[in-house]
Amino acid sequence: MFSNLVKGFVESIGSMSILFMQTIYWTIHNLKTGRFSVRNLLDQMSRIGVDSLLMVAITGVSTGAVLVVQIGYQFAQMGAQSYVGGVVSLAMARELAPILTAIVVAGRVGSAIAAEIGTMKITEQIDALETMATNPVDYLVVPRFWGCTIMLFMLTIFTNVVGMIGGSIVAVHQIGLTLISFKDSVLHMLLIQDLMGGLFKATVFGGIIAIIGCYKGFTTEGGAEGVGQSTTSAVVVSIMMILAVNYFLTVGINNFNTAYLQ
Amino acid sequence: MIIVSNLHKSFGSKRVLKGVNLKIYDGESLVILGPSGCGKSVLLKHIIGLMKPDGGQVIIDGEDITSFEQKKLDALRMRMGMLFQSAALFDSLNVEENVAFGLRRHTNLTNRAIHHIVSEKLEMVGLPGTNYLMPSELSGGMRKRVGLARAIAMEPEIILYDEPTTGLDPIMTSAIDELHLSLKERLGVTSIVVTHDLKSAYRVCDRIALHFGGQIVEIGTREEIINSPNPVVQQFIRGEAQGPMTLL
Repeated sequence: MFSNLVKGFVESIGSMSILFMQTIYWTIHNLKTGRFSVRNLLDQMSRIGVDSLLMVAITGVSTGAVLVVQIGYQFAQMGAQSYVGGVVSLAMARELAPILTAIVVAGRVGSAIAAEIGTMKITEQIDALETMATNPVDYLVVPRFWGCTIMLFMLTIFTNVVGMIGGSIVAVHQIGLTLISFKDSVLHMLLIQDLMGGLFKATVFGGIIAIIGCYKGFTTEGGAEGVGQSTTSAVVVSIMMILAVNYFLTVGINNFNTAYLQ
Repeated sequence: MIIVSNLHKSFGSKRVLKGVNLKIYDGESLVILGPSGCGKSVLLKHIIGLMKPDGGQVIIDGEDITSFEQKKLDALRMRMGMLFQSAALFDSLNVEENVAFGLRRHTNLTNRAIHHIVSEKLEMVGLPGTNYLMPSELSGGMRKRVGLARAIAMEPEIILYDEPTTGLDPIMTSAIDELHLSLKERLGVTSIVVTHDLKSAYRVCDRIALHFGGQIVEIGTREEIINSPNPVVQQFIRGEAQGPMTLL
């Protein structure tokens, strides 16, 4: 039983890795032959990014605001109010913005990708693509993969911005800080590598969400029930992978910063 | 000519094809009959290279396509069209984009030329002016006809029909059959039709093959099939529940 689970897990990881490599192959192939479909990419970016904007905005504002409430009073008691903005911006840029944005997008977009491709699979649309000499990875995965990675990068910038806006409003109106001291604290403590590290993570998470969503779609079996299972599974596996990979990325980025940027 | 030779395919422990042998001549319309779930669609999917057999060969114009690399297989598929059982229209694309799919991806035709071809094919299948409808706005029969327009858009030499009339009313069934015959006459294509609809089979066939138990048990013209002494054939064409052909 346990060995079957491990075998299944290893097989899935292997298949997803192959899907990722095929995606890279088709991207390079299309760029070389001038067949990269910008229209498909923009369509996916619009679906993935623009449609997630509201959810990401709410998540960002509330996270920034709650962070300031949680640490603002503690820091005020210790007389360290001037650090509130900096600490909040560091937490947002390094961890919270990429992770929370990725989780929101995994729930919204990862599930939609798995459901769409899964439905295509059970209604023979994937077979139809192949009969028209069109590789499903080329047509379906490549635009979703790049749409997801690019938009997660951009959405994370957006989460950082709205998070700091939410945090600054709470800091000024509830904690009693001035906007200038909050801003100075942010500018003093937040470094460009903190932002870039978080954005790099977000980009990787975008790729993970797209690949897992597509993989779960392609492996859908049965009818509507199968699509439901793939959809749920895509979200659960994406979030677990994001959390697991986040640890290794954090360690890697810290080591990189220590070695080259300090 | 298409030759299917000793084709075997299993899914887990279930053996679906147990040594299928079949010859389809250029320009003919071969109907493959058989009960539901006997592996007719699986056979069709092997002929267009969507499935790899466990054993045997599918030879098209002298070449075994089961060993084709992807590029060669794609080149072959450009010469073939397939109408799926569920029509398999792309939900996110409108009728024009569905029919034009192959033309946009594999030709350098202008938008105007593609629009012209699409309109012509839609006219052929009796659906003029439906270019900008979405698949969700079409009835079952209309979806099948759009699927057929898509299958013939690239002017293929071979068309595979997977249950083209299943789920359609008798009038629509007749319309699809007539369309099939007119395409054969106008384009001279080779057709392979998988169905369990006898009436439709008799209308469109040059020859009929009966698929049962993972093999082709009888093949011949309509008259040869009707007069066949084979009890399996007789049970199927009479639609009897009792006989050598057991219900699945």
